[in-house]
Amino acid sequence: MNQLRSTPLTDWHRAHGGKMVEFAGYDMPIRYTDGVIVEHKAVREACGIFDVSHMGELEVRGAEARTNVDRLVTNDVSMLEVGQVLYAAMCNPEGGIVDDVLVYCLGEERFMIVCNASNHAKVAAWVEQNLDGDASLHDVTADTALFAVQGPKALDALREWDRTSAHSGTLDALEYYRCAFLDLGGVDVLVSRTGYTGEKGYELYLPTDAGKNLWTELLAAGEAHGLRPIGLGARDTLRLEAGYSLYGQELADDVSPYEAGIGWTVRLKAGDFVGREVLAAQKADGPPRRTVALRLEGRNIPRQHAKVFRGDDVVGEITSGSFSPILECGIGLARIDAAAAGATLAVDVRGKPVEAERVKLPFVPSRVKD
Amino acid sequence: MRPSDRKYTREHEWVLEEGDEVTVGITDYASEELGDIVYLDLPEEGATVTAGESLGSIETVKAVEEIYAPVSGEISEVNAELTDAPEKVNDSPFDDGWLVKIKEASDFVELMSSDEYDGMVNG
Repeated sequence: MNQLRSTPLTDWHRAHGGKMVEFAGYDMPIRYTDGVIVEHKAVREACGIFDVSHMGELEVRGAEARTNVDRLVTNDVSMLEVGQVLYAAMCNPEGGIVDDVLVYCLGEERFMIVCNASNHAKVAAWVEQNLDGDASLHDVTADTALFAVQGPKALDALREWDRTSAHSGTLDALEYYRCAFLDLGGVDVLVSRTGYTGEKGYELYLPTDAGKNLWTELLAAGEAHGLRPIGLGARDTLRLEAGYSLYGQELADDVSPYEAGIGWTVRLKAGDFVGREVLAAQKADGPPRRTVALRLEGRNIPRQHAKVFRGDDVVGEITSGSFSPILECGIGLARIDAAAAGATLAVDVRGKPVEAERVKLPFVPSRVKD
Repeated sequence: MRPSDRKYTREHEWVLEEGDEVTVGITDYASEELGDIVYLDLPEEGATVTAGESLGSIETVKAVEEIYAPVSGEISEVNAELTDAPEKVNDSPFDDGWLVKIKEASDFVELMSSDEYDGMVNG
């Protein structure tokens, strides 16, 4: 067993009641003392702060950085402005998803790809091997701490912090999927209006060595607005209510963006990219599988890998399932045969098929643009 | 301090004997480790259970965990309050959060005193 990696906050989490688990090789808090439901509701009602420093940050720099990144992802990087962020899939030549990433345009010749911790090594190797011309890869993960501040009071919490006082105009004006470098009292921080909760929120990329100080300062400043630390457990239930995909569950090397329900990230008309040929054919013919959102009554909770039925036939399985703390019922995403997409479906719950209601995503209304 | 009027299993259940009937629950340690309990799948009254085998399951927000029968016998009562309020197991694991009562109890699994159990979970 290899030694688990830590973030600048690992000791802090442990000292503050964090129940620690191994996640993608990192020692991370799954929850703190009040538990997942309290943390989840705090983010929906006020705000929470997440240590997501385990995420990978890969910069691509050079005169041909833009064309290289554009070729590596399904979405259109060609028009991305400096300070703009884009969600995209990175595909293999077979159209399967290598990872889902955020692409940041930090300068005309400087792009940052933010990848999942679980895919970090794979994505770094894939990018390196596919770079061509004047473009180089710089893995800045170890130098970068990442905090997400999410919830309807997230901006209030940030504005309470004396380090942001000189930037309140910039913060107020920062639109969804935009970012800005701010000098926060001598610390260079990239503030991004992004997140994984379905709430208004921000993500802060900062130097690892400033991580612990800034976390404790911001938490103290935001306390008046209910800011509290949130573990990976609530991060997962929040993203599922918001209808966001997770790699290893909805997304995988042998699942296409169309099948995973993130077909909107594929821009077939915006130039060539890895996987384009297969995806164009799949778009024309229709994907063989689809991802659907299901809601179950009461305490019937769909669980990952549970079978999904149309009548007596197994037509797929649950990719993510949980109890929804807001809806107080079971919710899940399922990958099923495309032919069954219009049918009445049932999910295996504790060995019995339970009828599922097909719903539109998100399960809980999005407030990201509030 | 965990109650000393009852015995404990390695699977983090407690067993309170009253004549040939026993009450079964999970410990505070198990409840804390599991986190928010949102559903309990328990057997029906009259069902027979076998020591060491599954008694049912506990579902938290994220996971499903098996509960094991500490003793063989017949289910004489199920804690009906838990259907609508499974969080009672988290809030009061030794009292209001009891799970089932089993009558004609026999063939107990290996049990520990509260001191021995404290030693196991603290060690």
